[in-house]
This record gives sequence, structure tokens and C-alpha cells, in this order.
Amino acid sequence: MTALTIQNLWKEYGPQVVLESVSLTIAPRAFVALVGPSGCGKTTFLRMLLGQEQPTRGTIVMDGAPLPREPGPDRGVVYQRYSVFPHLTALQNVMIGPEMRAARLAGRLWGKARKGLADDAATLLHEVGLAGAEDKFPAQLSGGMQQRLALAQTLMMRPKLLLLDEPFGALDPGIRAEIHALMRRLWHEHPMTVVMVTHDMREAFALATRVIAFDRPRQRPEERERYGATITNDIALWPPRVAGRQTIYDADIPAGDEDLSRFAIQPGPPRPDQGALR
Amino acid sequence: MRLINLTPGKGGRLLLGALPFVVLALAYLVGSALRLADNPGDKLLPSLGAMGRMIEVMAFTPDKRTGAYLLWTDTAASLFRLWSGLAIATVIALVIGLLNGVLPVMRALLAPFVAFLSMVPPLALLPVLFIVLGLGEVSKIALIVIGVAPILTRDLALTAAALPREQIVKAETLSASSWLIAWRVVLPQVMPRLIDSLRLQLGPAFLFLIAAEAISAEGGLGYRIFLVRRYLSMDIIFPYVVWITVLAVAMDLALRLLRRRLYPWAEPEGRA
Repeated sequence: MTALTIQNLWKEYGPQVVLESVSLTIAPRAFVALVGPSGCGKTTFLRMLLGQEQPTRGTIVMDGAPLPREPGPDRGVVYQRYSVFPHLTALQNVMIGPEMRAARLAGRLWGKARKGLADDAATLLHEVGLAGAEDKFPAQLSGGMQQRLALAQTLMMRPKLLLLDEPFGALDPGIRAEIHALMRRLWHEHPMTVVMVTHDMREAFALATRVIAFDRPRQRPEERERYGATITNDIALWPPRVAGRQTIYDADIPAGDEDLSRFAIQPGPPRPDQGALR
Repeated sequence: MRLINLTPGKGGRLLLGALPFVVLALAYLVGSALRLADNPGDKLLPSLGAMGRMIEVMAFTPDKRTGAYLLWTDTAASLFRLWSGLAIATVIALVIGLLNGVLPVMRALLAPFVAFLSMVPPLALLPVLFIVLGLGEVSKIALIVIGVAPILTRDLALTAAALPREQIVKAETLSASSWLIAWRVVLPQVMPRLIDSLRLQLGPAFLFLIAAEAISAEGGLGYRIFLVRRYLSMDIIFPYVVWITVLAVAMDLALRLLRRRLYPWAEPEGRA
């Protein structure tokens, strides 16, 4: 149950102010979607939550303690690209996290420990819909399958905070709807708080409990450099969507069901002969 | 149909590929026959028969003085030097290149120095090597190492540094230490490139080997070529050159197969 408190956060690169006076409290088990135009600093904000970059001013507190200054296993991440290791098979990609945590020198497990881990990994792969793809390399998987794999790889570490950087931005609409259903289910079933950066409004409202918009209040060219983006809208969904509980949003989608074909539009009657119109 | 859209089939590719070889062989045969018709004692373009006789002498007849089969002892001596040099260079490249590519502190410390070293012309150092390390095997192996290692190192460091930053951060969120990132994430991904880089360095490695052997050696492929040069023995030099080329091509092929076997995910089409 991970809460985040962000107080008066600033990020500057030299004279350029990217983010200014961002203050935000994120409740445990929230699913926060960050939206905003490109270049408004939402990815920079996510990187600061990850520990990959440090704020220029301000503090980030996670569960009462200041955020560590580098990335760690308590915060998982899925990017739009490069989230899985191309040199490992799907199963190895899911196993590598626990393997590296257990064996600090060899980074590999053998024998019984390996067998147990492989079983867990295969179960999780099944859960994200990748059963049968265990021995495939990422290059042999479609974009949607790679993102499912990335989610499984991250969830193996049981992160307290899951950070998503436009994870589904490169996928086709159909594939995206399927993976949204999966994402909702994973958020319900795994005890984590999620922060997702997206440029897709529909996606934000389809998944999140709270949608936060970043934007620059000052847009004139001579102001853009010295005034950063900040929170311009903070919308809690109503009626609320609650982790692990069925709400109005899930009423028509039973938990664990991601088969969306029922909602497909039925083919209409055949069209009249087009040739006659020509 | 445009020329750009014309793709040869399997047989056509084989035929076209063989054509330059056939042309070269024919040109040699004609040239050789013409010169020999003019002057039966000509040594510049010996006939195939003459070369065959010398191959027989070098490869399958024991040397009168030492009782050794010269082609094979020469090959063994040269390959020992070449492989020792390449092996040492590869180990150096792996250690320094990885340190350099993974750790920014090491990059700041080593990258300018390695870049500087790689610009030293190795052959200019050959006299120094002979004086300091003596005329034995060590100086010849050292020349190959000095010539090949800096380039392998820089290539490896560049490849390691070019891995997407996301992968390193991702590994950190999967609890990896700096060591584990190098061992399980970076090393396996630079190995295919290292093998390719080694393939490209086979040519320079042979150059350094033959240069060192030409100046001072008691055996070896380069030594033999420069020895018989004094007698204008093209009937030995040509077969030796062809043999060296065949050796290099075989090594190149072996490395390519090794890469395909060990790192199927790195094949261009991404097919395993």
C-alpha cells in the first residue's frame, strides 16, 4: 500500500525550467494517469519518480521515506520500447529479476530454485496471455505481446509502485483494448500503485482512478524558457473506480475476462451493388 | 524491367558468384602460357604443373635438412602466433571495453587514453618490440595485440554505450547491481558485435603477423614467403598466398557460424 507525497517539485535543465511547483499526494492503490501535450515534462516527472533523474528543488516521499536517488526493485517500469531484453527468451526475461535478486554474483539460479522460479514465471506468463511463447525471443513477438511480457517481467518483482511511460502508445486500437483489459485486471489483482504517462485521453479515463493534466500556463515564446509546466487539471473519476473491487466500470466486464469480441459490432446487411452507382 | 528489380535465383547467384574466380583463373592461365611460350625459364607466372610440384615438395615431402613438412610447420607456427595474439586482444577488449562502456567513471578515465593508443601505428613500434621483447614469439604476438586490441576495445565500448538507457534502468528496477548489469545485460548483447569485430580484424591481424615474420623468424607462412622471394620462387609464393587466404576465409566462416549458433537472437532478420 504505497502512498506518494510530492512537495513543491521543480526541475530545471540549466536556464530551462521544465516543471515548476508541482505538489501532489497520491493515495495508496491509486491509478494515476498523467496527460498533457508533448514536451510538458510528464516523462521527466515519471523519471524523477523512478529515481533516474533528481528534482532540482522539492521532495518526493514514498511511504514516509524520501525516495532513493537511483532506480530500485520497489519501483517497476514499462516503457513504450526497449522494456524487455532482446537477448533473453520470454521465460528468461520474466525470470531474470528474481534470479539477479537471489544470486548477487552469478545472476543465475540452478537446480531446484531455478525450477521453482521457472514455474512461477510460466504461471505469470500464462496470466498475461503469453502461454506457449515461453521460448520465443522478443523479436519474434508482436508489439502487444512484447508489452505483455514487459508487464510480466516487472510484476515478478512485486513492485510497490508501477510506472508506465506511454506503454501502449505504439499499439493498434484493437490490441490496445485487449491490453487495457489486462492492465485493469493486473491493477485489481496486484497490490500496487500505478502512475501512467499517456497522450491518449481515452486511455487515461479508461484505466485511471485519477487523471492529472500537466501544461504550461505561460505559452508566449519568450516565456516558454523560464516558466515550466505545472498541474493544470486534477480530475478524480466519479463514481470512483476502486482497486480490487467491482465498480460500475467493471459491471459489464467480469474480472478475468478480457474477451472483447462480445462487444464487436455485428456486420450489417450487404450493401447494394456499387457498380450501379458508377 | 528495371535492372534494380532483377533478382538472380539460387543457381544464378552461384553462377555469378563463381564468375570472377573463373575469370581470374583463366586470365592467369592465359598469361602464364603466353609468357612460358616466349621463355620456358620464366619465373614470374609459373604453370599450374610447376606450382603443383612445389606444393608436393612443401607440403608432402620432408625437408632435407630438418625432416619437417615445411608447409605444415609454417602453418602451425603462424596460427599459434595469430591465435595467441587474437585471444589476448579479445580478453583485453572485453575487460577494458566493458568497463569503459558500462561505468561513466571508467569511461572518463580510459576512453581518451584508448583513443590515443589506437592511433599509434603498430608497425612503427615493431623495432621497439624486437629490441625490448627480443626476436622470439613474444614480440610477434605483442605486435598483433597492439594492432588489434585498441580497435576491438573501442568498438566494444561504443556498442556497450549504445545500448538503450532504458535497458540499464530497467535492469536496476529488476534489482541488478553494476556487476550484474555488466554480466547479464551488457555482456551478452555485445558478444555478437565482438565476434563481428574480430572477423573484421582478421585481415589486419594477418598483416601484422606477416610483417613481423618477414623481418625476423625461424618459421611461419610470412617468413617462408619472404625467404623464397630471394629466389623469385613464385611457384611457392602463389600457393602460400592462396593458403593464407583460405585460412582467413575459413576462420571468418567459423566465427560467423559460432555467432549464429551462440546468439540466434542477434541474426539480422531476428529469426532464431
